[in-house]
Amino acid sequence: MHVIIDGQRVPVTEGMTILEAAEQVGIHIPRLCYHQSLTPAAICRLCVVEWEGARTLVPACVARVQDGAVIHTESERVRRARRTILELLASTVDLSEAPDLLAYAAELNADLDRFADGARREFPVYDDNPFYIRDYNKCVLCQRCVQACGNDMQFTYALTVSGRGFYSRIDTFYHAPMPETTCVFCGNCVAVCPTGALKEKGPFPSPQSPVLDARPSEP
Amino acid sequence: MAEPVLLRRVGHVDPTRLEDYLAWGGFEALRRALLRRPESIVDEVKASGLVGRGGAAFPTGVKWEAVARESRTPKYVVCNADESEPGTFKDRVLMEGDPFVLVEAMAIAGHAVGAEEGYIYVRGEYIRAYERIKNAVEEATRAGFLGDHILDSDVSFHVHVYRGAGAYVCGEETALFESIEGKRGQPRQKPPFPTTHGLFGRPTVINNVETLANIPPIVLHGPEWFRSLGPEDAPGPKLYSVSGAVNAPGVYEAPMSVTLRELIEEYAGGVRNGGRVQAVLVGGAAGTFLGPKELDVPMSFSGLRKVGAALGSGAVMVIDEQVDMWEVLLRLARFFAHESCGKCYPCQLGTQRQLEIVRRMASGRIRYQDILRLRDIQATMADASICGLGQTAGNAILSGLRVMGLDVS
Repeated sequence: MHVIIDGQRVPVTEGMTILEAAEQVGIHIPRLCYHQSLTPAAICRLCVVEWEGARTLVPACVARVQDGAVIHTESERVRRARRTILELLASTVDLSEAPDLLAYAAELNADLDRFADGARREFPVYDDNPFYIRDYNKCVLCQRCVQACGNDMQFTYALTVSGRGFYSRIDTFYHAPMPETTCVFCGNCVAVCPTGALKEKGPFPSPQSPVLDARPSEP
Repeated sequence: MAEPVLLRRVGHVDPTRLEDYLAWGGFEALRRALLRRPESIVDEVKASGLVGRGGAAFPTGVKWEAVARESRTPKYVVCNADESEPGTFKDRVLMEGDPFVLVEAMAIAGHAVGAEEGYIYVRGEYIRAYERIKNAVEEATRAGFLGDHILDSDVSFHVHVYRGAGAYVCGEETALFESIEGKRGQPRQKPPFPTTHGLFGRPTVINNVETLANIPPIVLHGPEWFRSLGPEDAPGPKLYSVSGAVNAPGVYEAPMSVTLRELIEEYAGGVRNGGRVQAVLVGGAAGTFLGPKELDVPMSFSGLRKVGAALGSGAVMVIDEQVDMWEVLLRLARFFAHESCGKCYPCQLGTQRQLEIVRRMASGRIRYQDILRLRDIQATMADASICGLGQTAGNAILSGLRVMGLDVS
């Protein structure tokens, strides 16, 4: 069994995803919500690739290989979708602490100010417990934290998605402060956050701590 | 106009009375189906050429066959009655005017694919349809057309009626399953498809109301008869919801050889006040605008594809020259931004930016850059969104601009 990825013949096994198949031959497909320890949510759509014969692009993180499939990971159609998603994202939230995304954007020649005239998602920084802060101005809604808190790691279910559409947000149930939720402060959500929206405070304040630097300063 | 098939009983029977339905030949198809092997019913639906009437036009018999072949049980038959596409009200007319036909069709489907449970997911705002359906299920159960050992056969089929809570996205089949399961109404990534992993992760047939309404006539009169009702590549009758600037808005049944012009001028009595067509939105908000020079297109799946449109749910919204198209486009853009569930990025972000750009253009500031941005947004949503909501959310906007003479190519 094999697939053709960007012209390369890649031997694969049943059940393998396109992302995994590409990785085998050193082709890196951009991704954001994907995390190797979590169930792929397939929602960021950065990992979309062109599968010859398919009506739409397909997300490489969940699409399973089929014998003889011809895949393009860098076609203009693919790059246009990725570039536009990053441009839209950059106009919505603060990506300054998401170096991977900024690197993808640079590679795709994305104009991160292209939609800067649009609404942003803005929140106060939630500092309601001794262990971590939540700065949803940097949240890209990858939902990794919700998954880590839920079925994929901790089975605690303190986090959920509330709201809808553009104004969706990661939240606690009834918007309760974290100490009043089922949160056990395991830290898994902080560990999987890709954009610096969740940050550990650390046991002691330290001058080197990037965490303290990231807290909002008084205006 | 020929004798209607789907609207045959609508307006002629008391939709709350089982006796009326029976007097008009009701449950005869189920009676006959129960005497036959399930495979033969599936074969007949396949041979009829019936394709889904909800919008995606997938061959119904192929769907049924896939579920019939699954060995895992339980299986489910789900009726998608979450008719939410703007400008679409055909399923409402069927549910309010002839609710028993759905119950009969679902029981036939259950027998054909080996399912013993069915769900009807009714749009939340359709209170009368919900009550009529609920009554039909209760009456049919009381009379032995549903329940254990239907008509003393070894076939059992139970129907649950479920009301949606008002989200457009829950008309998307997998979001509809999530909603019935008690979760956030959000679409799932496909594959796996409902035929293997549907409601509660089980093999599921999910069909639109109008699709199901075709089943009893097919079982009674056969696939040849059904194919004779339309052009070769589009068998069977079709319901069209015609609304907007016409003299007689309403639901009309026609073969799919009917042209858009015929629907507007002959069926719906022409443009109101003797006016002229500025644009027609075909297929609802998820559809495409056609201009006054494109009215002779046949209203079939293939006919509309040739002009870059899609039949979708069969909605026809006529916009005359009295209407400000910018108001229409703004309204559509607002609709998608409001109804996007927010799960995948292209739609979550794209519908919002699309609204902002259309709002600025509608206020008179039209820049070439904005058209380029709308094009990238539309292409990205169409190519990379999880479900049909995002995939179609930019079509009406771009095609509307085209009809208005703005170069979007």
